[in-house]
Amino acid sequence: MKAAVAISRSALFLGIFAALAAALIAWTWATTKTDIERSIREAEARQLLEIFPANTHNNSLIDDRFTLEANTPLLELRSERSGYTVRIDETVVGVILPATARDGYSGDIELLVGVTADGEIAGARVVSHKETPGLGDGIDTRKSPWILSFDGRSLRSPLQPEWSVKKDGGAFDQFTGATVTPRAVVAAIRRTLEYQALHRDRLFEVDPTHNTAVETGP
Amino acid sequence: MTTPTYATLTHNGLWKNNPALVQLLGLCPLLAVSASVVNALGLAAATLFVLVSSNLCVSVVRNVVSDTIRLPVFVMIIAASVTAIELLMQAYTYELYQILGIFLPLITTNCIILGRADAFAAKNPVLPSIYDGFIMGVGFGAVLVVLGAIRELLGTGGLFANMQLLFGDGARQWHFIISADYPALLLAILPPGAFIVTGFLIAGKNAWDNAATRRSEATKAPVIAGTKRVRVTGKIS
Repeated sequence: MKAAVAISRSALFLGIFAALAAALIAWTWATTKTDIERSIREAEARQLLEIFPANTHNNSLIDDRFTLEANTPLLELRSERSGYTVRIDETVVGVILPATARDGYSGDIELLVGVTADGEIAGARVVSHKETPGLGDGIDTRKSPWILSFDGRSLRSPLQPEWSVKKDGGAFDQFTGATVTPRAVVAAIRRTLEYQALHRDRLFEVDPTHNTAVETGP
Repeated sequence: MTTPTYATLTHNGLWKNNPALVQLLGLCPLLAVSASVVNALGLAAATLFVLVSSNLCVSVVRNVVSDTIRLPVFVMIIAASVTAIELLMQAYTYELYQILGIFLPLITTNCIILGRADAFAAKNPVLPSIYDGFIMGVGFGAVLVVLGAIRELLGTGGLFANMQLLFGDGARQWHFIISADYPALLLAILPPGAFIVTGFLIAGKNAWDNAATRRSEATKAPVIAGTKRVRVTGKIS
């Protein structure tokens, strides 16, 4: 009987503490919720503006998005992600497409590739990766400007056989000691261009359904 | 157990019983996140916050919680503080939150925190417990930052890169590069470098302690027989 009382007391105490802990977390969550959403949006918007700087368009990229399904051919996304439409007034001047290189040296490399209406790359950025520090992580702009060498490239320049790293006879540098990583990124960017070329009409039409929040700025 | 003085607590946390160099607790985040100063500082601040708040809460409830359920209660307190700081970092230092990644929630399992909760805060009043958490956090953080600085310097040839993640855009210029064509010592940034540098830090601390012991013995030693009179009887009042 005594044991039963002791056990119930302990259980009650544990229950009270669990409730208090949950209350603390709930309160913190509620007070930081809007700030967290703002931080995530700002980080996303900054990334998009690196690819298409503010002076190249006048819509709010982050609000002008459309959904791309997981496993979309050529983009090879692991899960549903957003693409973004870049406009000057009603004219679509470019798109930003997400892509995944599943053949990175250690796991997936997530990319964002901006393509202009002419099919040229406006900019490409690695969003997340797990490549070896010091070897494969040169794909990140914080470590090396390598990925900027894609700016202005298109499926016409260089032509298909040269859309690979120099080691494979292509036009793009690899890193000393790391070929797998740049090879994966080059291939993923090329596939994104191919996707863009294949779906050009749909991506660049002025579609009011995903034209949700166009700012007709000054 | 009597509560130790603040001076003893300070000496323990920073040097004699340093969590990272002597207790060797929390090595997983220590080694994983110390590749650069900014990462080290971010994790150090988060760990410090969790240590202080968990020691505070544990000390407050120490007389209410029975022995049988104290560990689950402590873990709950720690997990709640960790979740809170994770949300705060997500809200105000989002990029750093992304860099620290899994190591932020893993603070819950950092043995320093449960260790201090059970070994100190569960037996001592609130103020000394807060101070103990603070100084242990500083001791851990100091080692983390020194380790980060050495590894960043050896591995990249620069120091204080990306400090804007913590201190805002003004900190961008803090980054200085010793030499642009420094042949980066990759080993220092990779995990083995963390073990090697930590090993040297521990060895350095031990060497320092040994030297200090020898010095204090050396100053005591030269008492030549007959030079000093020793009181053998009586009593000093």
